[in-house]
Parts: sequence; structure tokens; C-alpha cells
Amino acid sequence: MPKLELFRGTLDVLILKALMWGPQHGYAITTFIRQHSGDVLLVEEGTLYPALWRLENKKLLASEWGLSENNRKAKFYRLTPAGKKQLTEERATWEAYAEAVSRVLSATQIALASNKA
Amino acid sequence: MSNEPGQIPIWRRYARFFGHDSAADVRDELDFHIESKIADLLAVGMTPEGARREALRQFGQIHEIENIGVHMGDKMERRQRLADYWTDLTQDVRYTLRTLRRDMGFTAVAITILALGIGANIAVFSVVNTLLLRPLPFPNAQQLTWIAPPPTKCGMSCATYSSDAFEEFRDMSRSYQDVTGYFAFSGPDNLHLKIGQNDPVPATGIDVISNFFQVLGVQPQLGRLFNPADARNGAPPVILLSNAWWKRQFNADPNIVGKTIDISGTQTTIIGVLPASFDFGAVFAPGSRYDAFTPLNLDQCRNCGNIVTFLGRMKPGVTVEQAKAEAAIIAPRLYFRKTIPNTIGNYTGSVVPVALKEYVSGQLRRSLIVLWSAVGMILLIACVNLSNLLLARASARSKEFAMRGALGASRTRIIRQLLTESLMLSAAGAVLGLVLAAALLFWLSHQGSVALPLLSTLHIDVSALLWTVLVAIVAAAIFGLVPGLRMSRVNLQEAIKDSGSGTGQSRKHERVRSILVVTEVALACMLLVGAGLLLRSFLKVVSLDLGFEPQRSAAVNVDYDDSVPNDKDGSLSAAKRGVIFQQILSRVTAIPGIQAAGTSDYLPLGRNRSWGMPTPQGRNPRDFNGLDSPLVYVVSPGFVQAMGMRIHGRDFTWDDGPKSGGVVLISAAMAHYLWPGEDAVGKILTNAGQFDHARVIGVVDDVHADSIEGAASWQIYYSMVQTGPNGARLVVRTTLPPATLATSVMHILKELNPKQTNAEFQPIQTLVDHANSPRRFFMLLVVAFASLGLILAALGIYGVISYSVTRQTQEIGIRMALGSSAGRVQRQVLADTLRLACIGIVLGTVASLATAKLITAMLFEVSPWDTVTFAAMAVALLAVAAFSGYIPALRASRINPMVALRSN
Repeated sequence: MPKLELFRGTLDVLILKALMWGPQHGYAITTFIRQHSGDVLLVEEGTLYPALWRLENKKLLASEWGLSENNRKAKFYRLTPAGKKQLTEERATWEAYAEAVSRVLSATQIALASNKA
Repeated sequence: MSNEPGQIPIWRRYARFFGHDSAADVRDELDFHIESKIADLLAVGMTPEGARREALRQFGQIHEIENIGVHMGDKMERRQRLADYWTDLTQDVRYTLRTLRRDMGFTAVAITILALGIGANIAVFSVVNTLLLRPLPFPNAQQLTWIAPPPTKCGMSCATYSSDAFEEFRDMSRSYQDVTGYFAFSGPDNLHLKIGQNDPVPATGIDVISNFFQVLGVQPQLGRLFNPADARNGAPPVILLSNAWWKRQFNADPNIVGKTIDISGTQTTIIGVLPASFDFGAVFAPGSRYDAFTPLNLDQCRNCGNIVTFLGRMKPGVTVEQAKAEAAIIAPRLYFRKTIPNTIGNYTGSVVPVALKEYVSGQLRRSLIVLWSAVGMILLIACVNLSNLLLARASARSKEFAMRGALGASRTRIIRQLLTESLMLSAAGAVLGLVLAAALLFWLSHQGSVALPLLSTLHIDVSALLWTVLVAIVAAAIFGLVPGLRMSRVNLQEAIKDSGSGTGQSRKHERVRSILVVTEVALACMLLVGAGLLLRSFLKVVSLDLGFEPQRSAAVNVDYDDSVPNDKDGSLSAAKRGVIFQQILSRVTAIPGIQAAGTSDYLPLGRNRSWGMPTPQGRNPRDFNGLDSPLVYVVSPGFVQAMGMRIHGRDFTWDDGPKSGGVVLISAAMAHYLWPGEDAVGKILTNAGQFDHARVIGVVDDVHADSIEGAASWQIYYSMVQTGPNGARLVVRTTLPPATLATSVMHILKELNPKQTNAEFQPIQTLVDHANSPRRFFMLLVVAFASLGLILAALGIYGVISYSVTRQTQEIGIRMALGSSAGRVQRQVLADTLRLACIGIVLGTVASLATAKLITAMLFEVSPWDTVTFAAMAVALLAVAAFSGYIPALRASRINPMVALRSN
């Protein structure tokens, strides 16, 4: 299967999802996305950071410096209450969207002319 | 999640010790990512170099991302800092509100004092701004010039020009885009508007040269302005309405343009309405109202002499100096009357342009600066007072601040807290002051009778609001500084130990407070001296002998028709006029309560004119060249008596008619100059008005005819039966208040002439008041401000003495327990008070002596070092100080030694 480019804005919701279980640093987030997408979604690692900062700036994330698993200083991000809310909303939107698209794609007949008039 | 981000290692806490560094943060974050990646790649067996290369490749544009990070980081940091600042600020504000609410008495007094001080400043700033700083209310007002001769004593006739001179000047000068002017001799209520069968309504109109509004840059609100065709011979009569008159008389009828009204018997078409922003009186004739404008036909008045004022709009880039230089060259080439060749050069040296703004308000500059200084002093006194109040509070709060300091508040944080407090008080004071100022300005702008320009345009504008903000901040800085510095330096130990009775801190406070009170008294002293000098000047002006007695005299416009068809030399109409007025005056004087009645075309202190210089018979007229000619009044018999003027010789009689020889009255100064050491009565004047020879039948005492404070100009009086008057004002002298007789006089006038308008009775005193109004205006304001200063100073003294009595309660108690009498305690407190007051008065007097010279120009027959004023003010201040000290002294003497010693 070829690697897929992310749709615009999708990265944000993936980041929010990655932080659902608690604070994480940037590297862990890339790892999370890669693993859970079955290596299909291509996240250019660099683009993750501007997205993180943007979300932080929008107060969806908060950050704090801490120590990583291997005892190095790393910046940890966590969801703010607003971020959690955003994740729920985005997720619902995304699922509705995906379902609608897939329903259309699996259609079996052409549209019938509606005769309301 | 083995690692909670909450555990911050100790080094991290200091990593950004020297401030925020976004670049380092971003680099750290990205480095961690790359390093982690490398570690993972190494773990799957790559070589170190390969792993690094692969990690960087997978990452992408690292430099670009780093830049984005730095930029965003800085932005967030700024926002954070602002948020912190706001948090602190809201904390301070909430804290201040709480403390101020707890201390309502203090808050109310402080805000009131500030409101008075700041309000006075806003109001005076608005006046200064309107009159001095802001350009006149016309587009590109700096291009406008007023063109007039230097001041003379022969009144308006010597300040105006002839129709010919106007046209010549307009055609010859190159400095101007255009030149215009207006007819300078319009009197009040010179128009009669007749609507239907109602009695005619009086209105005031003025003739302007047809391009007048275009030159000023005034656009009509409705309809059109005049054009040159409107001013030609035979043009249909047209009129422009002032906005105020349109609203008042015509109910702001939006369809008024094109309608025809009966103005003084002529069907006149209304061609437009001027905008509300244009007020002719406010700029050109302060204290008068103009209702309507008509085009001036220069052709019809070629032989009227000097009648128009000049007004020019300079070309862009031309300076007043250039215009002045050009006018000096043109003036000698102007004719008074082009058809009379020897009138060329009449205007040499008499055409001097000045900036219109300078003409309108230049003379007021000094008065306004004095006013401005006065309110500046008020503000200083208010600040000193506030300082004092805050210090008193500070002593009470020193423990609170010491405690806050002990709990970790930094010195800057405490200063900031105090500053917030000062600023909040000041802001509240400013808001209240703004309300006070708005009220004061509203009142001032409706003082229609005060002869100050632009008064009606007074209002609070953006610059006044900015000024308010500035004043509020400066005030807060001044009054918050001393207590703030003292407070933040509070010694922790001492403050917490201090029981408030006689330890070092309180002593130091009290010294500062004494210095403040002395300053306050000194400032109040300066204000009082200034106000005293102005008040004394005003009293001198009011008690001047004007040459007539304005009390119990009143004037009213009389309408009459003296036209006689085919009257070649005017003698028939003069005779008719004589009959009309003899009848009017005999009927009016018969009314009980009226002592005397007479008419004159012009009244003193109003408009005036002159007709050249009559000279004594037998003397060479050239000997009298260069003299300011006498002002001319055309009067009826009885006028001199009705005005309460004093005469030597005889008054006119009805026998001095058109057929008999010319007779005149002249003023004493003129008589003295023309016939020094001789009695002028019976002497002959040549070239007196229309007479080649006229006999002087009486000499009247000098009348202050064109200004109250200036030296009286000469006057000459002609009989209305011999010389044509320019209208008639009936003056009556009454034993009863003039208003009570108005109806009966008006009844007679209407009976004799059904066309008589319902003109208003004008007490002659109003002419005098009008002329005095600028002086009264400034005097009242300065006196009001000085009183305010005095009250504030009294409050200050009271506060300090009262506080010191409270502080010394124990001491006084001990003294009384040891046998000191109540009287002695009282005397001691009073002595303290007077000591402070005396030091203040001495300093204030010295400062006044040094600065009084600055107001010399505003004084009238009073020396700036007037001993009486200085002494009176010192006594007044001492009395006020003694009074303010007496209340605490009384309290001190009532201290019960037992209670005092037991407390604390």
C-alpha cells in the first residue's frame, strides 16, 4: 500500500488523540501516529512541531518541560480541557464525514430524478 | 508514562534565569527529537553517521521549522507577560477598590478634591483651546487675515474703508486668493420681519460683500450663497438666514429656500440657510447675535465714506509678513473716492493685515495664560492636599504594608499597588471633573452677552479628553509620589512596633506634612493676591465716571418715516422728522415716572463713526492734521439729560431747525484742545459735518464712548433736526425701574406709528456691562479659583493640625494631668497652626511679588504690588488658617487626661 498524504487539518486531530492518555513529547507523538496508522499515514516529522505550537497557541494544548524515559530534558504536551472538547468534536465530525464519503463511494445505482414539484 | 512532567529538575528552574529565550527552547525541543530518532535507528543496527543522516532526512526542513518555532514562541511569551501583568493589575485594582470602599470618607473627600482640581483644569483648557490653540472654525483658517488700520480713537470710521478703496485693494493685491468684507455699521434689530398681519418682529441683519462666505469657506446648509449678481443695482432682494434664526423664527422649515418674506417692507427671497457651525457674532462681534445676511451693494454706497471692513484669504504659501509688506506698498495708491483725485493716499499706513485669529483672540492671550496658571495652581494645591491625606492614611496603614513586605511582596510590587491606588483616585476624580467641566462649559457657552469670541463654540473635544488623561496621570504621579516613596521605605521592625504615638516614623511623616501645608498656603496666597488685584481693578473700572449715568436709563429703537417726495436738500424731511420726534418726546416725557427723554442714532459703547476733523474758525485746518476725528452722534433735544450727561452751555432745542444756523455740542477734551484756556461755548467750528460753520452751543463732559478703560475719544453732537441721523434710539431716564414703563412708552410709539416694531427695552447699564464683560468674566473665574484654593488650603491645614492633635493625645493628656490649662493647650495648637500659615504666607507673598508683574496688563489703575491687596490677602489667609486650626485646638483642650492616658 502506498503512503498517504494527510488531509489538511487532520494532523491536529491526530495530535489531540495521541495526547488522550496523558502528556507526551513530540517524538512520542510521531511514533504513536506511525504505529497506529499501520505505517500508512505519512507524517513528515518536522511538520508536527508547528502544529503542536499552533495548538498550544490556541490553548488546546499546554506544555511543560520534563524528563524523558531516557532521562533527557524534553518538552511535554498535554490536553487542556478545551483540547479535550475539541478532540471529541473533531472526532465526531471526522467520522460523519468518512461515513458519508464511503456511503457515496459504495453506491449501487445512479440518482433518481426527484419529482417533488 | 514513567515520567510526570511536574517533576522539574532543579537546573531547569534556573535555565532561563536571564529571561525568556525562545530560540534555545525550540532548539532543545527539536534536538531531543533528532537524538531520540538516532537512538531508535541505532537500535535497529544503523551506523552512527547513517542514523544521523536518516533522522535529519525524515525530519525535513529543520531550519525553517526552527524559525517558525522562535517566532511563535516569542509571540506566546509576550502574551503571557501581558496576561501576568493584567492578573497583577486586576489584583491591585480589586484590592484598591476594597480598601477604598472600607474608607469611604477618605475616598469621597479625595475624589471631590481631585474632581474640583481636574475639572477646573479641563474647563480652562477647553477655553484656552477654543480661543487660542485651535484654529478658527473655517477651512484653512491660517490663510485668513484681518486687514485694518492700527488702533485709533475715532472709532469704526477709522477702522474701515470706502467701497472704492476696497475694490482698488482687491484688484491691486497679489497675496490673496480673494478679499471680502462686511458693512461695519449695522446696529442691533435693524431688520423688521413682518409675517401676515402680526406686529413686525425685530431681527439683526448685516450686509456682507457677496463673496464673504466663499472666502471664509462656509458652505450653506440649505440653498445657495450670494453671487456677484445679487449685489448689483436692481438685483432682486435676497437674504441668507443664520441657522439659529432659521430654527427659532421659521421652525427649521426644510422647504424655506425660495420663499419670500417681508423684511422691513421689502419682499425678500430666502436663498439659503447657513450651517450651525457658522456664528458670525462669535468670531467678528463677540457677545452679539446676527440673524440674517444680505448682500452689500458697493455701488449704492460709494459716497458713504468708510463703511467696510477688509478680510482676505491669502494664497497658499503666502505669509502674513509678505501680505503686510505688500499692503504697505499698495496703501498709498488707494483712493478714498476715485472721482476725487486728492483723496489718493488717504490710507497711507492704514492698511495692515494681521492673522484673523490674532485679531479675534490675540488680546486675550495674556488673560488666558493667567487663567491657565491659576488652575494649574489649583491642581497643585489639590495634589498637595491629596498627598497629605494619603500620608495620613499611610501612617495608619504602615503596618499593613510592613506585613505585606514581610510576607514577600517586593518593594516594586508595593509601589505599584500605591500607584494603582493613586491612579484610580485620580481617574475617578477625572471622570467627576469631566462632568463638572462639561457643566461649567455648558453654562459658559450660553453666556451670550459676554463679549468674548468663540464662547458659544465651547465644548469638550478630543483634545480636552486627552488633556484630562494627561492631567489625571500627572496629578496621580504628583500626589502619589511622596506617600509612595515614604511607604515603600517603611521599616518593618519599626512599623510593626510603632504604636502610633511619637515614634520616629510619625515624626518624619509630620515634617513632610508640614512642608506640604506650607506649600499649599503659599500657592493659595499667590492665587488670592492675583484674584485680589483683579477684583480691585474690576471695582475701579465699575466705579469709573463714564460721563453718563447708566443707571435708570433705557433705550428702545424708534421706527419712523421722514421721507418727503422731491425733497432736494433734505430740509423738508428734516422738518418732518422734527415734528415727529417733538411729538413723540413730549408724549413720552409726559408719562409719570419719566424724567427725561431724547434720541440719538448711536449710543456710547456701541457702534460709532466719525466724519472728519472740524477745526476752529480762524485757524489753519492743516494745524489739526493727524488728529483722530471726534465720534459723531446725531441727537434730539433732551438726549443729554436722558443719558445723565453733564453739560456746560445749553442743550439743543426744537428751534435749532433746518432753517436756522448750524449748532453743535462738543466734548470737554475736544473743547480744551481746540480752545485751550478759553470757554468754547459760542465759538465757531468750520467743516463740521455738513456745515461750513457751526456754533458750539454747549460743552459736555467726556463720555467713554468707545471703550470704558481706554482714554475717552472726542465727541461731537449734531441736532437730528439739522443733520440726517442713522436711525433713532429713544433713551428715557426714569424714576421707576425702566421695565415697568416699557409698556406705556411702547403704547405711545405704536399709537403714533402703527408700523413700530415690538422692540425690546435695553437698559443702558447693559451696554456698560457688555463692555465690561470680558474683565468681569476673567475676574469671576480667577476669584472662584482663588476661593477654591483657599478652601483646599484650609482643609489641608485642618487635616494636619487635627492629625497632629490626635497623635499627641497622650502628650496633651500628660500635660493637662500635670496642670496645664485648657486655654494653654488651645493656644499651643493655634500657635502651631499660625506658624505654618505664616511661613506659607511669607513664601507666597515673596512669590507673588516676583510674579505679579506678569498680570500688570490685566490690571486697571492698580499696582501689581498693591499694598492694600497684599495685606488684605495675608489677613484673610491668617483668619482662615486660625479658623481651621481652631477646631482641632478646641478638641485638644477637651481631652480628658484620664481617658487619654488610659488608652493605648
